Amino acid sequence: MEAGASAARRRARPELALRGAGLTYLGIMVVLPIVAMAWQAARPGPAAFWAAITEPYAWHALKLTLTTAFVMVFVGAVTGTATAWVLVRYEFPGRGLVNALIDLPFAVPTVVTGLMLVALYGPDSVLGAIMARGGWKVIYDQPGIILALLFVTYPFVIRSVQPVLLAMDRAEEEAAATLGAGPFTTFLRVTLPTLWPSILTGSALAFSRALGEYGSVVMVAGNQPLLTRTAPIHIFGEIESGNRDGALAVSAVLLAASLLVLVILHALQRRGEERDAS
Amino acid sequence: MLPESAPAAPPEKMEIVPLSRAGELPAKGRETASTWGRRLLIAAVLVWFAALILVPGAALVRQAFANGWEPLAAALAEPEVKRAFVMSVGLALIATVVNTVFGIVMALVLVRQRFFGRTLIDGIVDLPFAVSPIVAGLMLIVLYGPESPIGGWLEARGFQVIYALPGMVLATMFVTVPFVVRELSPILRELGEEYEQAAYTLGAGRWRTFRSVTLPSIRWGVAYGVTLTVARCLGEFGAVLVVSGNVVGRTQTATLYIADGIDSFHPEGAYAASLVLAAASFLLLVGMDLLRHRLEGAREVEP
Repeated sequence: MEAGASAARRRARPELALRGAGLTYLGIMVVLPIVAMAWQAARPGPAAFWAAITEPYAWHALKLTLTTAFVMVFVGAVTGTATAWVLVRYEFPGRGLVNALIDLPFAVPTVVTGLMLVALYGPDSVLGAIMARGGWKVIYDQPGIILALLFVTYPFVIRSVQPVLLAMDRAEEEAAATLGAGPFTTFLRVTLPTLWPSILTGSALAFSRALGEYGSVVMVAGNQPLLTRTAPIHIFGEIESGNRDGALAVSAVLLAASLLVLVILHALQRRGEERDAS
Repeated sequence: MLPESAPAAPPEKMEIVPLSRAGELPAKGRETASTWGRRLLIAAVLVWFAALILVPGAALVRQAFANGWEPLAAALAEPEVKRAFVMSVGLALIATVVNTVFGIVMALVLVRQRFFGRTLIDGIVDLPFAVSPIVAGLMLIVLYGPESPIGGWLEARGFQVIYALPGMVLATMFVTVPFVVRELSPILRELGEEYEQAAYTLGAGRWRTFRSVTLPSIRWGVAYGVTLTVARCLGEFGAVLVVSGNVVGRTQTATLYIADGIDSFHPEGAYAASLVLAAASFLLLVGMDLLRHRLEGAREVEP
């Protein structure tokens, strides 16, 4: 008994060391900075905190970040689902190439993304000049922010829906079609309910990413207070001008919003798992 | 009750699929575009893809070559540009090595060990994805800045973190913590423990088991995670910007150089450096695609 227990303990020692090393690194790298920031953000007290985020510039920046992220999510969910659908279901020339290039936004630096969009749609480009004549301004204005967000979050919904479509049993769709449902009705009543969770997952990840996006947005939209200054741009401005409490308050709101989205996603995932188990 | 012992996850479940397998496609599309509705849908998707991703990429290349090869080569030959790229590659190297080791360790711990709070830790690993790069930089200033207890203590001993190289290293490491863990966890879970236990029973030590049984089975997953990490390191901007401060003549990375070039009306240099970074990310993407096929192949053999 004694010997067995000590042997087990001896065997457990490397495992404990491995776990200790991993958790220590995670604690120092991730947990400590987040706790330190939350601590510092809360220090001025609730009244000062509230004043810092309701100050007109901060408030506008937060509102702009939320609105642009919502518009992006809506457009991204529709186009992303359609793209995944076309890639998995249909045969067309260049399909493999398109599939490989979907992840490009994950590989391209955000600053380069911004420059790409400026080069194509900016005021000095052919397209930009044509659009300007029609009274349209994309770059250095709010539509540019949405465009940049759509670029950087392009793969999320596609890559979330794609494996589900791939694994989907098509018997139900075929049954619906046999029973006389048109392709649109079949999609709406049979396919969409299956895809819904994955569309939601991809959209939540995209939304969370969009809330924090900086590099591409700042290149595309510039830093115009009350027009194109999103929350991350505002935070950077406050850091630069030495208003750390203001920067911390807006940061805390941004982080909380992003975490909330991911926690809700996590909770929905758990519920899905429990439902599957029962 | 253990989710790990359950059979393969049903597709309806909400889950975050690791990128290496999210891009799988059937070898051939199942249907050809037989009706006008389908053709229209395919066309719409392709036009959207082109307008958002492809044509902007082409516009960047065109802009970089606007005045031909020579100004481009001249812009890239500037010592400032070279220094910036050396810096970017150096930061990427450090962050990738550290986070790859951590990623393998953490994935092993999360998949192979049972302990209190495992689910919470699993969530914490993903946290850097939820943090804006700017906020990540601010966190590091709060923690290691000259006004903080830790930063003050270090500075008194002549070690500066923020507005210096160590801060930039930390920022790059922070944003790339999750990549390798996320790619490896599902691979380790599917691999199961049987092979490792067999090797262990046959008398192989832990290290030997890891080196000759576990590592060969997960190497393509590691490679995929490393590729994602490198791409993110090279592209990191916001977090590094915040911790590097706004000092003129500061140590720059390639992305900082690009942003400075645009701000200071020196766009030729910015476009030239962007072209190099874009080419690098394209190569990484090709690598990702090759690795994805490897991983698919490996999964088909094993089952």
